[in-house]
Order: sequence, then structure tokens, then C-alpha cells
Amino acid sequence: MSDATLRSPLHDQHVALGATLVPFAGWEMPVRYTGDIAEHTAVRTAAGLFDLSHMGEISVRGDDAEAFLDHALAGRMSAVALWGAKYTMLCTPDGGVIDDLIVYRRDWDHFIIVANAANKDVVVAELGARLEGYAATLEDISAEVALIAVQGPRAEDIVARMCTRGDDDIRAMRYYSAANVLLSGDIHAFVARTGYTGEDGFELFVDSDEAAAVWALALATGAADGIVPCGLSSRDTLRLEAGMPLYGQELTRETTPFDAGLGRIVAFGTAAKPRGEFVGREALLRAKVEGPSRVLVGLVGDGRRAARAGYPVLDADGVAVGVVTSGAPSPTLGRPIAMAYVPPTLAEPGTVVGIDVRGRREDMTVTALPFYSRAS
Amino acid sequence: MSNVPEELAYSAEHEWVSGEPDAGAEVTVGITEHAAQALGDIVYVEAPRVGDTVIAGEVCGELESTKAVSELYSPVSGTVTAINEGLESAPETINSDAYGDGWIFKVEVSETATDLLDAEAYAATVE
Repeated sequence: MSDATLRSPLHDQHVALGATLVPFAGWEMPVRYTGDIAEHTAVRTAAGLFDLSHMGEISVRGDDAEAFLDHALAGRMSAVALWGAKYTMLCTPDGGVIDDLIVYRRDWDHFIIVANAANKDVVVAELGARLEGYAATLEDISAEVALIAVQGPRAEDIVARMCTRGDDDIRAMRYYSAANVLLSGDIHAFVARTGYTGEDGFELFVDSDEAAAVWALALATGAADGIVPCGLSSRDTLRLEAGMPLYGQELTRETTPFDAGLGRIVAFGTAAKPRGEFVGREALLRAKVEGPSRVLVGLVGDGRRAARAGYPVLDADGVAVGVVTSGAPSPTLGRPIAMAYVPPTLAEPGTVVGIDVRGRREDMTVTALPFYSRAS
Repeated sequence: MSNVPEELAYSAEHEWVSGEPDAGAEVTVGITEHAAQALGDIVYVEAPRVGDTVIAGEVCGELESTKAVSELYSPVSGTVTAINEGLESAPETINSDAYGDGWIFKVEVSETATDLLDAEAYAATVE
């Protein structure tokens, strides 16, 4: 472990819980506490508690905050209502994805951006380079902010019961919106109904100093509901089942949002609501008009051997025509699932493709994403 | 800290061997608790088949968890005499009982193994 490795404010809690800690994006984070499948299943059936303190948080404030973000990001942040949230991307002028982000509006002139841990410094630098001429300030608040997620069908009840003020707001909160609440112990939290698991759930932004108290409160409050601390391994299988992309796998600088099937996040504006220039506009418009040369698809296997990231996708003649970006045995489906880039001719659901699984072909069938949707 | 039983022999690839690995003897093979913990929940085991020839240090199967996949190496050379059929429906037995019901296959040794590690030497490699 190098000196530069970062530790979560919840490090001692993870050690006390017997977590297996692994290096992840410059951090030492829990990959699992007890078992991947038990943690995954807890989120699908009850509730899971995640330490996401490695994620980057960036604050944008000022009179021009929304105009700046409209210029810098692929989505139109000026359209986000107060206490609203939006999934968006930071793109290069060529339309490649630098990172995928969630942007929360905390005030008319105040946004919080959540970036992937591995990309945080790049995002801060790139946003900084796009800031010129705007009356707005950019601040990396990652070290002061701890992010804790409660995810699963029991999450609403658990988080509401953690509150001394604002429990009604938690229960009434819609997906992709947020509120300020007071948690038991006089702890101020900014709470959003967002997540990366395919379940209902909440993400709690609190001061790093209060992370341990919030973690303990969530475990104690949710004990009777069956809340379980969950590591990065279950987080990955949960998001894969939910068909959610992971930066570095489905999304890279070499992919546009259109390649990943996420073109809807790019706002070009309409005649009624025109949008001005934004970084990557021309390239993204071209990508939209031309259509992607490869398509991100879901794959389900009949066998037991799972496709993994980087494995070649083979056509009927055994020629490598695509690549797997994520893959695992699905705990919920009990079958191997994967996401892969394939040519448009092989992207139709029902198409059977081969995967080169360590030198042996395994057939998988193209299927619509997501693999799993919660009953609503 | 994982358990490394004194009475077993070990390979550098995290397999254990129960019984004297002498030519003509039958030994039982599995993976260590350390290896099982590193993989996470094992969901599929591809073991060699009965009658297969296995060679010490060479791949003879694979182990798949939700998190990762790992190759299974044979710690000894010989002929496979049995496989643990219980792992077909309950591969997680390797996680819960790596040195007992989680055994993977048995081998009639063709060539006495001389490069296996004792418990102390193996434990030192995984510290």
C-alpha cells in the first residue's frame, strides 16, 4: 500500500466489520464484507449500505453556474429544477466521454457534481479549463464530503426513520430528486433518491467527520429490515444487472454517448427551447446523424462460463467483431450476463453471438437492457 | 487471516493436497481458503474428468465467482480417479468448507511430487 493510497472516513468501520479491502482508483475500499451474493441479494430483497466516499464531489457556485454547466456538459443543467438531479456526461470536443456524472441542484446558483473516483482530478481540471468567462467558482469538496448509499426496497423506510426532520420529504421524494434533512444525532445531510443498483434507494451526502455516525445510524436503524453492508463487488453485479454503464468499461474517451445507447442524455435543444454552443456539440450531432458504428448490447448465456470484460465477441464464422465490456454470472438470473459492443448487424435482440471465453466459444443471446427491472 | 491446516501440502498456485503425494498413491486436491476468499462466492467449477491425465503445475480446470474467474492447476501429476460431484449443484461449498466437503478432485499420482510446500511455507506466501 503506497503512501498515496486514500482511506475512507469509514475505514475503521470496514476493518471492524471484517471487510476485504482492495485498492480501487487510488483508494483502499471494501470489495466485500461477508459474501458477494448475500450482499447482492440483500439489496434486491431488503437493503444494502454502501460507502461511496471514494466518489468525487465538486461544487459549482455563482450567478453563471447554470450557464457554465450548460456550456461544459452534454446535458442541459439549466433545465434541472431546484432539488432536482440529472445524469449527464463530460465530453471531449470530439464527443468522447471523459466521465459520466450526476449533477444535483442545491440552489439556484449552486450545483453538486458527483464524478467517478478515478476521473475526479481529470473532471476538475477539464471543468476548470471550461470555466473561463463565466462568473462561477469550482471547488473540489471530495475530502470534506462522505457519500453513503442506502439501496433496496426497504431503503425509504430506513432512511425516513434515520431522520429527525424531513422524514416526510424522504417518503415523498421522487426518483432523481433531493432534499436537506436532519438525521438523528443532529447531523445535516443532503439526501438524493439516486443510486447505481437498479433498486429504489438514497444517497446521503454528509460531512466526512460525521460519516461514522451516519454509518452506525443506518446499520442500527435498518437492522430489523435486514440491512447489510455491501462492497464494490456486489455494487458491480447490481449495476450490471440494471444495465448501467461503468466508466472505463462501457464508457471511454473512444466512445460517444450514442455508442453506449445513451444519446438521450445529449441535449441539442429544440426550436422552442434552443440550446447554445456546448463542448462537443458538432461531433455529437454528427454521431447522432451518422448513427453508431457499434452498438452496446446486453448478452445472456445458456452455459455456465461467464464472458468477462475484454473477451472478443465472435460472429457465426468465428471472426472477432466486437468486445465484451462487462460480464459476470448474474446472481439474480442465475445465468451469465454481459454487456458488449457489437456491429449494428448483430445488435438485434435474439441474435446469437459467440464469446471467446479463454479460447473456447460460448454462445450468448443479444437481449434488451436492462437484465433486471424492479417491480414498481 | 485464512486457515492453513498443518497436515496438508500446498502448491504455489493455492491448491492443497491431502495424502502423501507418492507415485501410486491417491491424493485429494482442493483450493485453499485463501484462494476461495480471494475469489469470492464461487458459482461454477469446471473440474477435470475422471480418467483425465493431469500434470503438476498445469491448468486442469477453472473456478468462476461472481467477481472473477481463476484457473485451476493440478498440484501433482497423475490420473484423475474421482471428482466432487456435489460441487455441480453446490459450488459454494468451496467457500464454506475449502478443506473438507469443498474438495475438487482425486488423483492417482504417477510421479512423486517433490516441490509442494508445507503449511508454514505456503502461509508465508499469502501473508
